[in-house]
Amino acid sequence: MTSAAPALLEVEHLTMRFGGLIAVNDLSFSASHSEITALIGPNGAGKTTVFNCITGFYKPTEGRIGLVHGDPRLWSEIDALTLGGERKLTRADGTLFLLERMPEYLVAHRAKVARTFQNIRLFSGMTVLENLLVAQHNSLMIASGYTVLGVLGLGRYASAERAAIEKARDWLARIGLVERADDPAGALPYGAQRRLEIARAMCTEPTLLCLDEPAAGLNPRETAALNELILSIRDEYKTSVLLIEHDMSVVMEISDHVVVLDYGVKIADGPPEAVRNDQKVIAAYLGVADEEVAAAEAEVGL
Amino acid sequence: MRAFGARPAGTVSRVEFVGAVKDAAIAAVLAFGLFLPLIGLRTTQDIRNELTLETRWPLLFTLIGIVAAGSLVNSLVIAPWRARREAKPRVEHPAAARFRTAFSRWFAPFAIGFVIAYPMLALWLSGMQGAVKWVDNFGIQILIYVMLGFGLNIVVGLAGLLDLGYVAFYAVGAYSYALIAKEFGLSFFTLLPLAGMLAALWGLMLGFPVLRLRGDYLAIVTLAFGEIIRLVIINWVPVTNGYAGISGIPRPTFFGIPFNASDEGFAAVFGLPFSPIYRGIFLYYIILALALLTAYVTTRLRRLPIGRAWEALREDEIACRSLGINTTNTKLTAFAIGAMFGGFAGSFFAARQGFISPESFTFLESATIVAIVVLGGMGSQIGVAIAAVAMIGGTEILRELDFLKAVFGSGFDPTQYRMLLFGLAMVLIMIWKPRGLIATREPSIALAKRKAIAGALVKEGRG
Repeated sequence: MTSAAPALLEVEHLTMRFGGLIAVNDLSFSASHSEITALIGPNGAGKTTVFNCITGFYKPTEGRIGLVHGDPRLWSEIDALTLGGERKLTRADGTLFLLERMPEYLVAHRAKVARTFQNIRLFSGMTVLENLLVAQHNSLMIASGYTVLGVLGLGRYASAERAAIEKARDWLARIGLVERADDPAGALPYGAQRRLEIARAMCTEPTLLCLDEPAAGLNPRETAALNELILSIRDEYKTSVLLIEHDMSVVMEISDHVVVLDYGVKIADGPPEAVRNDQKVIAAYLGVADEEVAAAEAEVGL
Repeated sequence: MRAFGARPAGTVSRVEFVGAVKDAAIAAVLAFGLFLPLIGLRTTQDIRNELTLETRWPLLFTLIGIVAAGSLVNSLVIAPWRARREAKPRVEHPAAARFRTAFSRWFAPFAIGFVIAYPMLALWLSGMQGAVKWVDNFGIQILIYVMLGFGLNIVVGLAGLLDLGYVAFYAVGAYSYALIAKEFGLSFFTLLPLAGMLAALWGLMLGFPVLRLRGDYLAIVTLAFGEIIRLVIINWVPVTNGYAGISGIPRPTFFGIPFNASDEGFAAVFGLPFSPIYRGIFLYYIILALALLTAYVTTRLRRLPIGRAWEALREDEIACRSLGINTTNTKLTAFAIGAMFGGFAGSFFAARQGFISPESFTFLESATIVAIVVLGGMGSQIGVAIAAVAMIGGTEILRELDFLKAVFGSGFDPTQYRMLLFGLAMVLIMIWKPRGLIATREPSIALAKRKAIAGALVKEGRG
């Protein structure tokens, strides 16, 4: 680990096999508190598979994915927890989760890991506002007395819903979509849909936000706005960000820490400047063997 | 073709005319192939009981001529007219726009007012004897299906889970009421919630095994579930009396006063002449109250997190899970609440008929209810209500087509063509409104102004 900040997420010896195909092979890395960690690599390197394992959509073939809320000293308990067979360990000063043991909705609900998708997955037939309210489902569900009190019009659902709308409005103001709040999400332009998906994920109040290629399909101006948004998420909300991205202007500008994957194996891990000049990384991106990098670079004019 | 024409849009060129004639010829050939065995040839038994083949060329060629002429008219007149209309910028007359907003604002209150006044209107217009038909055959029958449509709308329209076995819950509700009422003598209003709860329990039991299934697979398993319930009812003779069904089911009473001709009966107590219409009106208001309750609860649920989660589930299940929504519970509540309303309707059905048998719970019933939901526009309550009136009321009205005898001669039996006309109407409506009568989605909440969402953006759910 390169940074001094305590680890939030610790991925250890993660392996994911699909039949004979090894998508991720013995991958270990960590993401720190209030940092932006980028996961990069050529197409098919296994980045999205890593995301799906972390967010619980895939069950890894091997490996451990730990996440801590609160006191970092809880990390010392991780081996005991692994042997114990429980999903999580809760103490007064925090909770330690083993994400590989949890189904995806609990990863989002309890471990507070939110994500976006490479191909945007909004509720296109619902309005922008409704999208942001669905993201606050679990807290609103409790406020509506698990529907029973809500149907009868009792309890504090009305005020909870107002608060949820206020929160949604704040996020809409931040991503510049207040005017479109009552339009269906599917009618928004592409860039706005990307921003809305991030806002929707943030409405779940995550500690770790996983963004799968947030800059894909954006123009340079939108990309710059996205960079600002991601930085503000890190600085104002103290949410850590895990980022898959191909756009190097995003990765190099905003990430604190970069992990490079190629064919499911980690080939570099460190601060952006170090990774940028790593021979192995350049070779992987150019698609040539290490020793041919110089020749290939000369060829493409680097 | 129209791109390089100096010709005004909508007129017919030579090329188009030749194309239209070609289309008409193809339609005529197809019609010949289709109608030759159906209409052109006919077998009749002669006096010696031998089958003879009879040909009906004039009738056959008249029909083929109609088809060809129809095709010509369509391509030369109707299609250009539609193209002209499409080409014109659509500017709505302000008065028309005002009418439309006023209509959508006042339609629901007016409709509710009408259904409340309906029995009185029927009494006033057709008298004591005639009103029985209008209240019982039309009013109650339609409202049962409105209620079933509302219930299924939760599962199919909101949560996007195609359930082809909904009649199972209707059956569970009906048999629960029938068996418990006969065995323990409990009253209708005590058993109504119980029957609903039992149906909801069966909804959960169906829900668990089918949680992982989507789309076609879900539809097949729910269909099988409906059949299983029916077959159990048929074969579990000691309890359900099998095919013979259960008769003598206690009828609902008016606060303990039965509707019969005895001295303690409703008519005698209130000093009225005995008539079956009182029971009819009473039952009408019960089912009306139940249907309105269903509509009200569904409207409220749509504005609660559970309702939004159902719709989100229909839109994108994976995104739902990524937001921490437990999709298992969400699906199960949709099944259970939908089933509960089906159970209410079922116990009402048993109480109204006084007799139930497995015949009433066939797949055709499930198909009818699904058709009501689809025709109405998935998710739209007003659409479902209109569709139920059109489908159930329509098939009942088609029994009354005696005037057609004047047109086609006294040998013509209109009831034979009931289902044919009905099918034709459904096909036409689906061409005209492929996403149902009400094709827009009303958002559950708005920041500034509520705007209807075009149906094209709303997903139908993949199971």
